[in-house]
Amino acid sequence: MDRIRDLASQKAAVIFTKSSCCMCHSTKALFYDLGASPAIHELDQDENGREMELALRVLGCNPIVPSVFIGGQFVGSTKDVISLHVDGSLKKMLINAKAIWF
Amino acid sequence: MAGTKVKIGADDNNNRRSASSVMPSFFSQTPVSNPMGTEANATQSSRLSDYGVLEQYMGFRVGDPSGISQSPRFTSAADGRLSGADLHSQAFNMTRPSTSTLFPGSQVIQFHKSLAPMPNIVSASNAQHENWGDSNMADSSSRTDTSTDAEPGDKNFEMGQSAAVVISDSTDKSKERNQDQKTLRRLAQNREAARKSRLRKKAYVQQLENSRMKLTQLEQEVQQARQQGVYITSTADQSHTGSANGVLAFDAEYARWMEEQNRLINELRTAVSSHTNDVELRNIVSNAITHFNDVFRLKGNGAKADVFHILLGMWKTPAERCFMWIGGFRPSELLKLLVNQLEPLSEQQLTGIFNLQQSSHQAEDALSQGMDALQQSLGETLATGSSGSEGSSGNVANYMGQMAMAMGKLGTLEGFIRQADNLRQQTLQQMHRILTTKQSARALLLINDYFSRLRALSSLWLARPQES
Repeated sequence: MDRIRDLASQKAAVIFTKSSCCMCHSTKALFYDLGASPAIHELDQDENGREMELALRVLGCNPIVPSVFIGGQFVGSTKDVISLHVDGSLKKMLINAKAIWF
Repeated sequence: MAGTKVKIGADDNNNRRSASSVMPSFFSQTPVSNPMGTEANATQSSRLSDYGVLEQYMGFRVGDPSGISQSPRFTSAADGRLSGADLHSQAFNMTRPSTSTLFPGSQVIQFHKSLAPMPNIVSASNAQHENWGDSNMADSSSRTDTSTDAEPGDKNFEMGQSAAVVISDSTDKSKERNQDQKTLRRLAQNREAARKSRLRKKAYVQQLENSRMKLTQLEQEVQQARQQGVYITSTADQSHTGSANGVLAFDAEYARWMEEQNRLINELRTAVSSHTNDVELRNIVSNAITHFNDVFRLKGNGAKADVFHILLGMWKTPAERCFMWIGGFRPSELLKLLVNQLEPLSEQQLTGIFNLQQSSHQAEDALSQGMDALQQSLGETLATGSSGSEGSSGNVANYMGQMAMAMGKLGTLEGFIRQADNLRQQTLQQMHRILTTKQSARALLLINDYFSRLRALSSLWLARPQES
């Protein structure tokens, strides 16, 4: 959990993914399209991957990947991100966290 | 002055030239503009003051809403979303920065350009006339009608004819007779063609009616058969009873959902046309919107049972199926269809709908990219062949490994359908938040009409007469 929190606070937008996950690909694509440059951490490429997975599960992230953090705060998985984007909240969060400027 | 209409230009390309050539004659008609007429002969030093008067004058003209609305080309160029009520104020606001027709700045510059070489206004306007296009500028003061092109054209015709009449009188008469005969023949042919067309149309409509009756009969039969648990499927490879039951269950539940949806829509339609009070209308609209949640839930269950049944839209009509996006409609497309028919929308609403369109489009792109990545990844997995020199057990193990991986990837399809449905649901709800109750009601009716027409189109297409 510490490692998650640690990494999540290092950049305005952080996404935990797995290299084989295509839904992660979608989430990344959305962030890039918005002009954000999220930090991507692939759990299957990380030596502590298993523990991080468990930590994310405890946090309530379902499915575990992609797991999105903005401004150090846990946002959720793809469904949450898309819902927030549709009502305009995602952009506001990214602007507040200074991940994007407009 | 306010009542005087002026033809601003034959077409957009001629705007600048026509504008500058309009001005001289326009000014000559009205008392206020006389200062311009006289100052046209003024020296360079007073040209700047010409500007000032012209700007003021054009500024006034531009600000006159009746002038704007009476230009037919303008209304067609304006955003189609705007209703008549909003056209004057909103259209003016929206197009002020962009149109060259009525923008004072650009026209002033053009006017200045025409002034420079020719201090004499009259000769300037004559020179511009050749560039005008069809309209006849010889009699400029009579050119006061914006709506018809016929008048100037007619004058042209008349003037041309008067010259030609004297020369060839006798040959004209026989030519005229031929012309008459040709015209009569042409009219007769037109009538005949129209009659034949009407008969064809009648026959076709008759055919449609017959097909429609046959269709409803068939639908009823299928419905009955389904309820009796008969296994109906269009694909040959649904052999596994588990998924078949799931598919059957989904189809049956979807049919029930459609019936309920139709009932809600009819209730909504009645409420709208009978101008029910706002509170009650809000209830009915809310029910209809919430009912959409049910179909997304159904599809989720269906996708668990058989993801390809949902993804390929086997439960939809062919035309719907053709234009699907990840197992359903494309939210941004739907919004695009609606926005033109939901007028009048406030500025805030327009912004909201535009943002919603953009957001849903971005989400759609993201999900589409994920699907593409999935396809690519699956292809790579299946295409990875073993290099042959290994033992047979190694090959089998490889193959099994590949298949296991491929199976895992296919499993993610369900997730994509779920996210796509979530996007559809969120978009509908956000749209509902942006619109007023009446607008939401109208939107729901429009959506329903669109899909039922698409379904009807499928039926017509399937029942169309085909030449062997």
